[in-house]
Amino acid sequence: MSEGSLFLAWRSMLVREILLAMRRKADVLTTLFFFLIVVSLFPLGVGPELETLRLIAPGVIWVAALLAAMLSLGRLFSDDYDDGTLEQILLLPHSLSMMVLSKVFAHWLLSGLPLVLFSPLLGMQLGLDSDAIVLLMITLALGTPALSLIGAVGAGLTLGLRGGGVLVSLLVLPLYIPILIFGAGAVESASSGLGAEAHLSILGAFFIVALVVTPISTAAALRISLD
Amino acid sequence: MLEVRELECVRGDHRLFRGLCFTLQAGELLHLRGTNGAGKTSLLRTLCGLMAPADGDVLWHGKSIQSFRDEYNRALTYLGHLNGIKGDLSAIENLQISSSLSGITLSEDGILDALSKMGLAGREDLPTKVLSQGQKRRVALARLLLSDTKLWILDEPFTALDVHAVDYLKRLIGKHLKAEGMVILTTHQHVEIEAGVMKEVDLSA
Repeated sequence: MSEGSLFLAWRSMLVREILLAMRRKADVLTTLFFFLIVVSLFPLGVGPELETLRLIAPGVIWVAALLAAMLSLGRLFSDDYDDGTLEQILLLPHSLSMMVLSKVFAHWLLSGLPLVLFSPLLGMQLGLDSDAIVLLMITLALGTPALSLIGAVGAGLTLGLRGGGVLVSLLVLPLYIPILIFGAGAVESASSGLGAEAHLSILGAFFIVALVVTPISTAAALRISLD
Repeated sequence: MLEVRELECVRGDHRLFRGLCFTLQAGELLHLRGTNGAGKTSLLRTLCGLMAPADGDVLWHGKSIQSFRDEYNRALTYLGHLNGIKGDLSAIENLQISSSLSGITLSEDGILDALSKMGLAGREDLPTKVLSQGQKRRVALARLLLSDTKLWILDEPFTALDVHAVDYLKRLIGKHLKAEGMVILTTHQHVEIEAGVMKEVDLSA
């Protein structure tokens, strides 16, 4: 019984998040447009030489993805905290980490996946060739879920604090650094002929560790924040 | 059934109460009294397991609620100061989601029926953010009709409700108690609920 109802609860949490996002499309679109605009500013600032742009492209796209992920983190739990639904989620007869995982998965679908899907457009804009673009998409597909997972811990810890938005950036951005290094590094090392397997493996490892560890720590953070 | 042993609650540097003991059996109502700031909401949140007690224990069927959280939550419905409904979703959607989150699938007819009993017929499809304060409270209270939990913990359930809704809620609580349920509530209003046993705990004393 309990596994069936856990699955039902997991799925309805996902449906709930997507339904809520559909009612407030602006929130989803802000993240995506922020990403597109930040990357598009670089050619204007650095200059239109394709050689330079191609060199900085992976780093620029990855930094923009980190900042876009930060932008959407603030709302991950705060809306539910304000209207009392988070209390009700804590009182569900299921493991809180599984509920958190469902919420984070929805967060990735709504804020991470669009970045992955639009990254080829930005890659072309910055003069990357097709191999590099495919690789960039793979690194983003592996890296952005880890960003959502790690960010959730920060969002849970800063819940209900004044200026929580800035604080969450200070807490979480340092933890994003390894993902940034290996994500952007994969494309560079492939173009210099070293192959990207090592970078991709490490990114995958980050993702798996985050998948196992962060839902538990986020659940603990939420319990502390609501105490 | 529900047993509170030597409970102590501290907020910041301030001790709200200590050495609080009581038990609640099936079919009993506990009316929690106290002045503003006496710690009523803190006690209710501790009883739900949302807040950890500074000392003492809350036991459900003899087992500490901190270690048997899932089992305890399955028997519990908590209605706090905040209604716990999403303003962007309609009343039906809110109730559908909250019940499927707790693992129950409900038919739309059942939900419509509960909403019309709460006096919300014709308002089911509006986003709840356009409803009045009292109507939002009614949506939250409709959860009581739809769940089959044993223990209801209600924090000021009568606020923002009109006379009819207050009467209906009192009858609903009475019915729940007759069916061997348990209710813990706080209110500053006078309550006349038909209850077999009505206990009172005064926190200001």
